[in-house]
Amino acid sequence: MNCIIVFLKEDPKMKIKNTDKLRYAFRAIVFKEMGDHFRNKRMLILFGIILLTCIGSLYTAISGLKNATPAEETESSFFFLKLFTLSDGTLPAYFVFISFLGPLLGIGLGFDTINSEQNKGTLSRMLAQPIPRDYVLNAKFTAALLVIAILFFSLSFLVIGAGLIALSIPPTAEEFMRIMCFTFVSVIYVALWLNLSVYFSVCFRQPTTAALAGIAVWLFFTVFAPLLINLILKTLEPSPYAPPYSQYAFQQFQFAIIQLIPNELYSQATSTLLMPTIRNLGPLTIEQIQGAIPGPLPLGQSILIVWPQLTGMIAVTMACFILSYLRFMRKEIRSR
Amino acid sequence: MHTSIIEVSSLTKLYGNFTAVDSLSLSIEKGEVFGLLGPNGAGKSTTILMLMGLTEPTAGNIRVCGLDPVRNPIEIKRKVGYLPEDVGFYDDLTGLENLRYTARLNGIPELEANTKAHKLLYDVGLEEHINKKTGQYSRGMRQRLGLADVLIKDPEVIILDEPTLGIDPAGIREFLDLIIRLSKDEGITVVFSSHHLQQVQQVCDRVGIFSKGKMHLCSLSEKDINLDELYYRFFEGGPKNEN
Repeated sequence: MNCIIVFLKEDPKMKIKNTDKLRYAFRAIVFKEMGDHFRNKRMLILFGIILLTCIGSLYTAISGLKNATPAEETESSFFFLKLFTLSDGTLPAYFVFISFLGPLLGIGLGFDTINSEQNKGTLSRMLAQPIPRDYVLNAKFTAALLVIAILFFSLSFLVIGAGLIALSIPPTAEEFMRIMCFTFVSVIYVALWLNLSVYFSVCFRQPTTAALAGIAVWLFFTVFAPLLINLILKTLEPSPYAPPYSQYAFQQFQFAIIQLIPNELYSQATSTLLMPTIRNLGPLTIEQIQGAIPGPLPLGQSILIVWPQLTGMIAVTMACFILSYLRFMRKEIRSR
Repeated sequence: MHTSIIEVSSLTKLYGNFTAVDSLSLSIEKGEVFGLLGPNGAGKSTTILMLMGLTEPTAGNIRVCGLDPVRNPIEIKRKVGYLPEDVGFYDDLTGLENLRYTARLNGIPELEANTKAHKLLYDVGLEEHINKKTGQYSRGMRQRLGLADVLIKDPEVIILDEPTLGIDPAGIREFLDLIIRLSKDEGITVVFSSHHLQQVQQVCDRVGIFSKGKMHLCSLSEKDINLDELYYRFFEGGPKNEN
């Protein structure tokens, strides 16, 4: 051991040694944060809620599948994907649940990222260590993202496993890939809310304020934004006798304005990924439909349809991250 | 030995219209114990933050270990240990785990970190509480753990911001002895801020008295200087003597 220490101390290549040290420090923060997330009671509660909804919607889906679907249809109709989308009306489908609860998970993971460290007096101690300041933010984000990814991918695998047992039909390769894409989109969606709440945690000194701000945005987008958009659309709606181009323009506008809601982006993206029969998301003219053969799309085409939605979600996520980054880098950190 | 390890010239920090530090010049030599004395809000902590590169100066030059904290904060943080005022730890980790985490942030290999952490916890007198969660530590214990935390990176300079605040008199005595021993045995330069004259007198070789962002330098080795008088003059009307 002594020679290792001597070697590390007297390495002439200072530069290489220091970058290694930085990488080591980054990993240390990520591991510590992940450990904190998994040990945290608050996270256990959130994981519990999500697991319960998962089990609930899986149960309704499986019972619905057993009753409703004729046996000969199973091969062609992406039977396995129905586990995620089918609902008998008592409980919403899994992907609807996630679009509703995902934000809560993201906010729960992020709202005390920076401010609680500052209140505990550990932030100024941490920043006095030889690490770049953005490592704190980046590593904490990475840790939370990894936690989300682990959670969602294990949930998806659990659902697949439960489906295998209950239905005794294995998923096809394409179904499996679609489920993986869906999970990936879910991770991005939660990361969006995570970054928003990280931003609030940089802005507000009190974790409760940050949490409330995050929840306010979430409520706004799930409850008030649809109302508001309906209001706007009602006033702009052309009469049924209006010329077709204005009707078409209105439809286009309706499609565009709805996409301001991140929840809507997510449900558009996931429903297209999970239901291969969805061929288009926006308005279509008769000419566009003419000659189209009804049938499921291959995965690549489905991804192509939701590409704008995906890009939008990633862009919002990055914007939130950049905002919190700028704010955090310029902040003067005093003790407590 | 007369090599200065901290060089500050005409350092100024403005917060809006408020001048927190007003064209301060200062030179601290290697191995000395330097005291920053002054009432609350006199600019001590702001000066320290600027030395560490934790906040940018409005004007002026700083050299710490020959490096500029504005350009090269990470290199400085490798060499300088900083104990913030009212230091905090992760309450759900033990004292040892907290130290090992700091060691990891400094890129110290795990084995070395472990031996070092044990040795330092022994040095600061926390050997009985190594595996106790820091949430159960008393204020004085936290402060001593803070000192161990600062020392784990083998610093050339340590900067302690009001380290004795909230410790009982016996604890203060012990803490100050620890600082003197460190500076004597390890040759570490110590910058020590406080608003207690007695404490500064006990440990420091030289003192900078802060008042409203300005600083008056005096050496404690010159016996003819009447520090009390200076102190009272700079504190304007005199502080409440809490000790």
